[in-house]
Amino acid sequence: MSDAIDKSMICEVLGSIAPEADFAALSGSEDLRDALDLDSMDFLNFIIALHERTRIEIPEADYSKLRTLNDIAAYLARRQC
Amino acid sequence: MTARITYREACRQALREALLSDPKTFLMGEDIGRYGGCYAVTKGLLDEFGEERVRDTPLSESAYVGAGIGAAMVGMRPIVEIMTINFSLLALDQIVNNAATIPHMSGGQFAVPLVIRIATGGGRRVAAQHSHSLEGWYAHIPGLRILAPAAIEDARYMLAAALKDPNPVLIFEHVMLYNNEGELDPAIAEVDIAHAKVRRVGTGVSVIAYGNGLIKALSAAETLAAEGISAEIIDLRVLRPLDTSTLLASVTKTRRCVIVDEGWKSGSLAAEIGMRIAENAFFDLDAPLRRVCGREVPIPYAAHLEDAALPQPADIAAAVRGLVRPA
Amino acid sequence: MTDFLMPALGADMEAGMLVEWLVKPGDRIKRGDIVAVVETQKGAIEVETFAEGIVSELVVPIGTKVPVGSLLARIGEAAGEEPPAPHPIAAVLPPPIAPITSPVLPTGAAPIAAVHRAKVSPAARGRATELGIDATTLSGTGVEGAVTVADVETAARTIAVPAAAPARRKALDAAEMRKAIAAAMGRSKREIPHYYLTHTVELGASLSWLEAANAAQPVPKRLILAVLLLKAAALALRDVPQLNGTFVNGAFCPGEGIHIGWAISLRGGGLVAPAVLETDKRSLSELMSEMRGLVQRARAGGLRSSELASPTVTVTSLGERGAEAVMGIIYPPQVALIGFGMVVTRPWVVGSRIEPRPVVTVSLAADHRASDGHTGALLLNAIEQLLQNPEKL
Repeated sequence: MSDAIDKSMICEVLGSIAPEADFAALSGSEDLRDALDLDSMDFLNFIIALHERTRIEIPEADYSKLRTLNDIAAYLARRQC
Repeated sequence: MTARITYREACRQALREALLSDPKTFLMGEDIGRYGGCYAVTKGLLDEFGEERVRDTPLSESAYVGAGIGAAMVGMRPIVEIMTINFSLLALDQIVNNAATIPHMSGGQFAVPLVIRIATGGGRRVAAQHSHSLEGWYAHIPGLRILAPAAIEDARYMLAAALKDPNPVLIFEHVMLYNNEGELDPAIAEVDIAHAKVRRVGTGVSVIAYGNGLIKALSAAETLAAEGISAEIIDLRVLRPLDTSTLLASVTKTRRCVIVDEGWKSGSLAAEIGMRIAENAFFDLDAPLRRVCGREVPIPYAAHLEDAALPQPADIAAAVRGLVRPA
Repeated sequence: MTDFLMPALGADMEAGMLVEWLVKPGDRIKRGDIVAVVETQKGAIEVETFAEGIVSELVVPIGTKVPVGSLLARIGEAAGEEPPAPHPIAAVLPPPIAPITSPVLPTGAAPIAAVHRAKVSPAARGRATELGIDATTLSGTGVEGAVTVADVETAARTIAVPAAAPARRKALDAAEMRKAIAAAMGRSKREIPHYYLTHTVELGASLSWLEAANAAQPVPKRLILAVLLLKAAALALRDVPQLNGTFVNGAFCPGEGIHIGWAISLRGGGLVAPAVLETDKRSLSELMSEMRGLVQRARAGGLRSSELASPTVTVTSLGERGAEAVMGIIYPPQVALIGFGMVVTRPWVVGSRIEPRPVVTVSLAADHRASDGHTGALLLNAIEQLLQNPEKL
């Protein structure tokens, strides 16, 4: 059972890490770490929450592919099958 | 290749081996010689070993048990057979006041290396005076070791271990077990007379039983397994001294316990076992302790009434369900 | 020599009068011989001897009344027979048991009031205590509706679902926090004579170890670099304890244990540095989960007083998008602040070649009243060494 890999789901998960962020204003191609001021702990918590939500394994080597909302959505869609 | 023999045959082989291996052993009892034994256990032994070694006694339990005690005191190794536990009451004074106490009262000057074999239990439609399970009474007496073989290898090898014991040993053979058949594992050449054994490993409840109760408990375990309940079945084997540590290890694991005892619940061996568990494993229990015992009535004669009065596999299964899946 | 004593010729006899001797000194007597006549309330009794030998001395004259047990005569060994002296065995009698007098049984005991308690099995009680749950509030599925171990564990799983920061907690007041930081930092710069040291540490070994360790772990168990930096700082402080503690009343007071205050910047501004208790004794995975918990609670406003009160030193790490080095301000009354800058790739001399390597600048701000530069340098070097052997952290 998995949620649709869409950006609103990702934003929801991000919201648990950065609750004050304005997700409506967030563009799909912005670097999330810069835009939301996420440090490495925040980013790891985000990955953990994504993993729990989607049950998709995300190896550390792939973190660099997860810079923007667009990247993340595409990555998860590929891994979901 | 494992041999398939009856419990009766295992008892006979044990007796024969004892007579062959030690000239000091001899058998005494009512109808054991010419008749071959009330339950045919000693059949053929008179012909093989003669009247000196297989002695038919008069109909007086007190006299021949006393004679056995005396023979043991002077260095013989008598194996006395009391036809049933019902008649053993006539030798109670000999057993409790002589056999059990002489080593103590003589300051160790006399040993009583006596073995008494006694058939016990109900189920044979022989009514109130002939169906008792009073081994719990004997298990109350310091100075006695009380055994209750249920498995074929115990019927075969407990006697040899009992003969090595310098103190009196009572072996209780349940009457309903004699016809049971089983495989005697050739790898087993001896057994201990100190420990209980886990006969079936389980996780949900510990069922403690002995004698015919063990056979019924194993049957109940099959029924329960089909319902998804995993019962651990423990064969007590030794009723005195109780192997409390094996029992506690099991209950600590499963957290629930049912004790099966054909004797009546009041003042039973099951009561003693339950109390030991409560004393030592109280904080591990997840449910109250339960006993499945004979109904508090003299054992009936009519078949359907006797069946209703004695613990049955369905009763054991119900008791387990009551703890694991209450309501 | 054997003593011949006045015997008790009846349970209630207390004394007797010797009226006749039937032997005299020199006579040979054997067991059972009658040797004297004693007058008692029951009449004249002939007294036998249990001793054998030669009468040596008649001690009591005729006509004397003596208590039971008194010496009447002495019997010696027959000439030529010298048995070994008897060993007196001290009779150790147990203290007499007081007789049980008729107990007074109270009549009409008051009836015992019915007690209503929640039914919880002993095992369930134990498990509930372990999990910090009140078992009496749960509904039970056991015998007679009792709460079982399974019921407790089910309840624990339900409670453990993380809730968002509960509404009843006061929201963090950014302005108040700013004031507190201002006061602490102002006081620190006024009172503490700071000295500063920096050191560049090559992180190749640590980063590759971290990558390998994380590749083998499921997502929730992965470590971040900060955990290694924190553990390295803690272990280094074991070697240089002069930098772990407080400066109070003009003297250095070493910390009881190494509790590193880890600086956490709060979203929307503000800074807290709660302690990671016993930092040097925790495993890396324990530290990771502790740090995750601290971040979560710091942001939700749920830090504990023990965490805020007890740091013995502070570590601050700027992370990926900070600056190369941080020259911090010590949190009074601590005596040191260890800073880690951003990890950058820089040219590094390896043998006789120059290679690009990841490096980090470690800095130390220390209270010159409590330590000198030499001590500070020892700490930074220790940290460098520890980070070259990450598998030992």
